[in-house]
Amino acid sequence: MKILVTVKRVIDYNVQVRVKSDGTGVEKDNVKMSMNPPDENAVEEALRIKESGKADEVVILSIGGEKSQETIRTALAMGADRGILVQVDHEIEPLAVSKIIAKIAEEEKPGIILMGKQAIDDDSNQTPQMTSALLEWPQATFASKIEINDQKALITREIDEGLEKIKVNMPFVASCDLRLNEPRYASLPNIMKAKKKPLDLKSIEDIGIDVKPRIEQIKVEEPPARQKGVMVSDIAELVQKLKHEAKVI
Amino acid sequence: MSNERESMEYDVVIVGAGPAGLTTSIKLKQLNPQINICILEKGSEVGAHIISGNVFETKALDELIPNWKEKGAPIKTKVKKEKFLFLTKKGSFSWPTWLLPNVQKNHNNYIISLANLCRWLAQQAEELGVEVFPGFAASKILYSDSDEVIGVQTGDMGIDKEGNHKSGFEPGLNIFAKVTVFAEGCRGHLGKEVIKKYNLNNNKSPQQYGIGFKEIWEIPEEQHSEGLIMHSAGWPLDNSTYGGSFCYHAENNQVFIGYVIGLDYKNPYLSPYDEFQRFKTHPTIKKYLVNGKRIAYGARALIEGGLQSLPKMYMPGALLIGCDAGTLNMPKIKGSHTAMKSGILAAETIIDYLLNNKSLSAYEEKFNNSWLYNELYKARNVKPSFNWGLIPAIIFTGIDQILFRGNLPFTLKHIHADHERLVSKNQANKIEYPKYDGKLTFDKTSSVSLTGTNHEADQPVHLKLKDPALPLEYTLSEYDEPAQRYCPAGVYEIDDSNTDNKKFVINAQNCIHCKTCDIKEPSQNITWVTPEGSGGPNYANM
Repeated sequence: MKILVTVKRVIDYNVQVRVKSDGTGVEKDNVKMSMNPPDENAVEEALRIKESGKADEVVILSIGGEKSQETIRTALAMGADRGILVQVDHEIEPLAVSKIIAKIAEEEKPGIILMGKQAIDDDSNQTPQMTSALLEWPQATFASKIEINDQKALITREIDEGLEKIKVNMPFVASCDLRLNEPRYASLPNIMKAKKKPLDLKSIEDIGIDVKPRIEQIKVEEPPARQKGVMVSDIAELVQKLKHEAKVI
Repeated sequence: MSNERESMEYDVVIVGAGPAGLTTSIKLKQLNPQINICILEKGSEVGAHIISGNVFETKALDELIPNWKEKGAPIKTKVKKEKFLFLTKKGSFSWPTWLLPNVQKNHNNYIISLANLCRWLAQQAEELGVEVFPGFAASKILYSDSDEVIGVQTGDMGIDKEGNHKSGFEPGLNIFAKVTVFAEGCRGHLGKEVIKKYNLNNNKSPQQYGIGFKEIWEIPEEQHSEGLIMHSAGWPLDNSTYGGSFCYHAENNQVFIGYVIGLDYKNPYLSPYDEFQRFKTHPTIKKYLVNGKRIAYGARALIEGGLQSLPKMYMPGALLIGCDAGTLNMPKIKGSHTAMKSGILAAETIIDYLLNNKSLSAYEEKFNNSWLYNELYKARNVKPSFNWGLIPAIIFTGIDQILFRGNLPFTLKHIHADHERLVSKNQANKIEYPKYDGKLTFDKTSSVSLTGTNHEADQPVHLKLKDPALPLEYTLSEYDEPAQRYCPAGVYEIDDSNTDNKKFVINAQNCIHCKTCDIKEPSQNITWVTPEGSGGPNYANM
């Protein structure tokens, strides 16, 4: 059984993101980029399933610019077997991403597609759901535990009310929550080995999918700065302020 | 334990992907493509821990990669105009440029981001086949039985606060090399170890340091003048404190503004961070920044000792280069071209050592015959003269640099190490700094948030106290614990919310790897060691 894992190159979570002064987007020049954090959980989980003997190959797929190769190499250094990069030099929307993943899945025929639950840059949280719909496969989103048994999987989902357990048949699409596992470090020897693992570059023409954006972005702005808090000395003062200043009670 | 570790072997291992280390690797590959080289970099990527002014002199780069322009080096903004100002509390006057010593003339230089130059140098190195490993800190030196350096060990990953292995524990590995090059930058923690172990600073003056701050501002176009550089001395520092400012108008309406203060300052109440914040409110400076936006902040210790304090740069099996040794040219306020030159010389020495059986000690002769030595020799008397105070020092520097061009027949020495200079708080005047306005001046918390600094929270504290009781039992009463003020990132705090049970708090997660505490702590009680690899700041265009 093969596992396909999708990874996205995003602005590193430690970076304070800055809106460009002309409002056309956020500053990405020389900004530290890394793998979308929940995607790391997806890679880790795929590796654990493979290590338990229930899968025999982990394939990493990324869609993005040339530099997304680095992100794929990171996953290969963690232990994945090979990579595929579909090269696109501009932003593409979740529907187009889903179509590309579905197309690759038709070629690769994985038993499981593991994805991060959402990307920390645009926070769309749409791609796993649409991918499963396009493929007509079951979906298990926000997975915090995945148990594979035969051709089925028991999956624990993080939902608002608590935890939900569902059973899905293979092949399926799962999106991974940060609680799923703790991703491993890539060791130096493995980083070296990863440089020699196969990485297949595909152009968007190879895939033959229309990736034209459907949404027009008008302007990007910073949210208004949050006002400083004040310390109140007692409850009476708090009530006073809520009544007369905030006018909420 | 060391027997269980995996190991790798290289001809040369270089610690630190800064200008010195990267240059060494490129020159080595140019001289002999067969040599296999690895560079370890503790930052999450190359450039993440690089911060510098920077007005760049291309001399060493011209030697290393003569066609750097064609190859797209990020060196674009030529210096067009320069000013040197003396600031008084309210006013300022310009020093005529014809009266500036040659070392402070910059018309052939460029305003650059050194972090971006390093990213570009790393690309050049990788294209030549150098293995660059960001995110891996060299935490220990490996010695042979005969006390020769034989490589370094990378830090363990995945150790919790108490020192236990976490689930993802990944032991560091031993990287063995025929030659190890220490290029960690100012006050590298391995460099510090070898200087002591091999007595490399025997008969040298104690090293002198400064702390440098830098902010990047995006300012309104009409206040911006691309290619203008300004330096200043005077206010807000008093005449007995060594320091000054820089303000460089770079491309894209950005201004690089910063301040450097000698760490030989005496008043324990002095806060370098607050001097810098206050400096920005001077009318001459404010007029550029007003209605602008601060987009980056950082700080780093730098070398000021010059030739008198420069340790021997070779030892059995290893070389110590760039500001890990201390090649910065203080009166020129430039260390990048000198660091790079020290790397070129290192590469030539290593080739002779590996292929022609020559000793690493040949480094000294190469160094002494280079323009680098000549430059540092001529610069040597400027910084020590500032011990006499600002005005006598300026007069002396005029005579030394303009009349004698650095060739006076004597060499002034540095007498004290920086940590010995603080006076007791009882002999010092308290300094009241103005409140931050959130427009021109900012608190440390909001500044640190701009550095993108992060450390894995559950790991041992990487700022080690030799005597954990000392801060509260001695340093607080004697010096009002100056760590609260010299740290540019607010790592050290005295928690006196419970007066019977005061606490010395170390917020190691905030550390931006500037090394000032390791230098200035009056009892040398704080030792900076490497945290887990890729921790620390994530500087973008510094």
